[in-house]
Amino acid sequence: MEAVVSMRGIKKVFPGVIANDNVNFDAYRGEIVALLGENGAGKTTLMKMLYGMYSKTEGDIFVRGRKVEINSPKDAIDLGIGMIHQHFTLVNPFTVIENIILGMKENGIMLKLDDAKRKIQDYMKRYQLYVDPDSKIFQLSVGEKQRVEILKVLFRNADVLILDEATAVLTPQEAENLFKTLKILKDEGKSIIFISHKLYEVFEISDRIVVLRNGKVIGETSPTETNIKELAKMMVGKEVIDIVSEKSRKVGNTIIKVEDLFATSKRGHMAINGISFEVKSGEILGVAGVSGNGQKELEDVISGIKKPHSGAIYFNGQNITGSSPKNIIDFGIGRIPEDRMENGIIGEIPIYENIVVECYDSKPFCNAFFLNYREICKYAENLTSEFDIRTPSVNFPLRTLSGGNIQKAILARVLSREPRFIIASQPTRGLDVGATQYIHSKLIEARERGCGILLISEDLDEILNLSDRIMVLYNGKVMGFADKSELSREEIGLMMTGTKKEALNEVA
Amino acid sequence: MKLPKFVVEKRSHLPVWLRVLLPVFAILLSFIFTSIIILFAKKNPISAFYNIFYGALGTRLGLMETIVKTTPLILTGVAVSLAFTGKFWNIGAEGQLYAGAFAATWVGIMKLPLPSPLYILLEIAVGFIAGALWGVIPGVLKAKYKVDDVVTTLLMNSIMIYLVTAVLEGAWRDPVTSWPQSIMIATNAEFPKLVAKSRVHFGIVVALVAIVLVYILLKYTKLGFEIRATGSKSEAAHFLGINTTKTIILTALISGGLAALAGVGEVAGLHYHLTENISPGYGYTGIIIAMLAGLNPIAVVLASFFFGIIITGAQYMSRITGITSFIADVVQGVILLTMLGMLLLQEYGIRRAK
Repeated sequence: MEAVVSMRGIKKVFPGVIANDNVNFDAYRGEIVALLGENGAGKTTLMKMLYGMYSKTEGDIFVRGRKVEINSPKDAIDLGIGMIHQHFTLVNPFTVIENIILGMKENGIMLKLDDAKRKIQDYMKRYQLYVDPDSKIFQLSVGEKQRVEILKVLFRNADVLILDEATAVLTPQEAENLFKTLKILKDEGKSIIFISHKLYEVFEISDRIVVLRNGKVIGETSPTETNIKELAKMMVGKEVIDIVSEKSRKVGNTIIKVEDLFATSKRGHMAINGISFEVKSGEILGVAGVSGNGQKELEDVISGIKKPHSGAIYFNGQNITGSSPKNIIDFGIGRIPEDRMENGIIGEIPIYENIVVECYDSKPFCNAFFLNYREICKYAENLTSEFDIRTPSVNFPLRTLSGGNIQKAILARVLSREPRFIIASQPTRGLDVGATQYIHSKLIEARERGCGILLISEDLDEILNLSDRIMVLYNGKVMGFADKSELSREEIGLMMTGTKKEALNEVA
Repeated sequence: MKLPKFVVEKRSHLPVWLRVLLPVFAILLSFIFTSIIILFAKKNPISAFYNIFYGALGTRLGLMETIVKTTPLILTGVAVSLAFTGKFWNIGAEGQLYAGAFAATWVGIMKLPLPSPLYILLEIAVGFIAGALWGVIPGVLKAKYKVDDVVTTLLMNSIMIYLVTAVLEGAWRDPVTSWPQSIMIATNAEFPKLVAKSRVHFGIVVALVAIVLVYILLKYTKLGFEIRATGSKSEAAHFLGINTTKTIILTALISGGLAALAGVGEVAGLHYHLTENISPGYGYTGIIIAMLAGLNPIAVVLASFFFGIIITGAQYMSRITGITSFIADVVQGVILLTMLGMLLLQEYGIRRAK
């Protein structure tokens, strides 16, 4: 069978890095092919060349047997290739319909919105991509926005769809729906290229798996020929073991106590409805829940960037409700924020300044007026080697590092201050296996030193593997607490969808 | 025939030579645009530019005048650079300059029995405070109430300029000539002249000291770090414990004070009295200088000197060639536009498609 897309001997050189080296890649009609690899393996780069966003240094691209030069996304769209990016490219104040037809040649001078709407609704039904076509983009959830992106691509008659880490922003339910859509598309004969570093989902939906490592194709396999463990080994290049912590033996005094907390979301409705819990020193309390059930607001309130509506937070017995971020930091609370690129770092300034940004105003980094850059750089250099942050120099802007190294830098900043309590939100989201393992081991190390940790994560495996106790949130309320291994994965799943712990027996 | 295709790509990094060359390109490009306008007037652009540079640099008198014009430009340029570094969009240097001139005049016409150095220091201090207070109003409005700073700083220029006009038409009107200008400031309040038989005054020293201080502030101090961090990403800076409200207010305060020093110098160093049009738009030119200099305090000196040349030389050129000296304003405007274009090139590269 002839490949719809065939990339031969592709090489891409960025200044100082070879991102892709002699890569051969094919996609066939009616299949889902996964492009699997760690962050920085060159998956996105390869696909951006197919989509005309990057120019290739060497190699040839064939579409339906014909050699082509793709110089812009427009060329790619004309060839029937569409890409759904990790970060959406939608116009917020426009409606769904307007976004979908935006920039299409067929528009003419007067827009035919009603025709477009009818056609879009057909597509929605056919591919199970339901969104209110008249809503404005900013009113949509992340999952809905992604559906608009897919509709946009389908509306332009693409029959090759590239999805870049499509599930990274989705809840498990939304991801399931996406997979359903992808299967419909495949059955219609479209080719789906699914970029991912998540083994489970690749295993679940793909027909064929192409593994990339360090810019090269390492091998090709399929879910019927391999298992997850082998696949992980192929991707990382060595044996991978999930870190599972033993239950903590040194649980001490209560370090954080939250009492009857209420807080509103950005949209103004009550997102946290009276939750109370405690974290003791030397324990990890995992917060399980589907994203959007109050986790973000809980993080913001404890981090000091959101004032609660009512309720109280005590740190070591001291009431710290409504403290500023500065005070929270000075109390000795470490924060690993969910939105690490937005809140965790100031990307344009150098690594060394990012490392000390929470403590630049204390000795030995400054005196009354001046900063001591010699001390700061020395400190940053020590931490980059201690935390294995890979960078040629601490003078580089932090944004130039890879996602895993950025998170290690945040971890270095937080842990180097020996906090007594850490709130870690989605600490490994979007990171590769190696970085994930590293961050897990560091969190456990902090716990062993007696630090209390509140771990918020959408990744239930992460919660189950690391936590000493688990708190399940649903709709801003606590559905119950569970000790390590007290409840099964399924039981916690039920609580995540609104069953109280006490009611578990009735459901079962 | 197939036309070559070009592709625009985001740069992964910016080479240093390009960072230096872009402003030079911007200037050259603006010269070309301006030349076209001069050609429309059926004059010779080469002789026009030759005369601008000759007038500004070719004679001792011209060079001295260029330095006189450079003095306030350095101060407004560095004021705007500092503000923009902290993402405080201060379009109000013109008004702050007038606030400084107003305050310096007020101190100067009191004719205090002070030794000259002390009197000058007092003028500088009061002038700085006046501009700082005028500049901090939009700073507080932005930091505390999220009021758009571009609008407030711009509109406050008119308020200050009309305030000065009102006082000059009224209470401060010169009683002898009855012109709308203040009486002369005390002789012991005048800035000393630095070069004999020229108008170059102590203000240039004030300006260069300000440059050094701002450079040190941004590069080596806690506040400088806070300004850079807040300017780079204020939400993250807030999350990470930096008091962004305080930082924005301090940025506005210092920026306003620096711009005001330009006005102090014009009164105490050059005119010795206050007039309604003491600044031909130095505050606005400061914005162009800041952009041209890439917000770098040291480069502000070069950019200011360049504009000093254009402003001084244009008058000479006008006398020789008969082209209106407003061509200097055209050069300024076009440089701002070309520089904004060049800033895009800093972020994006263009290459030929294969």
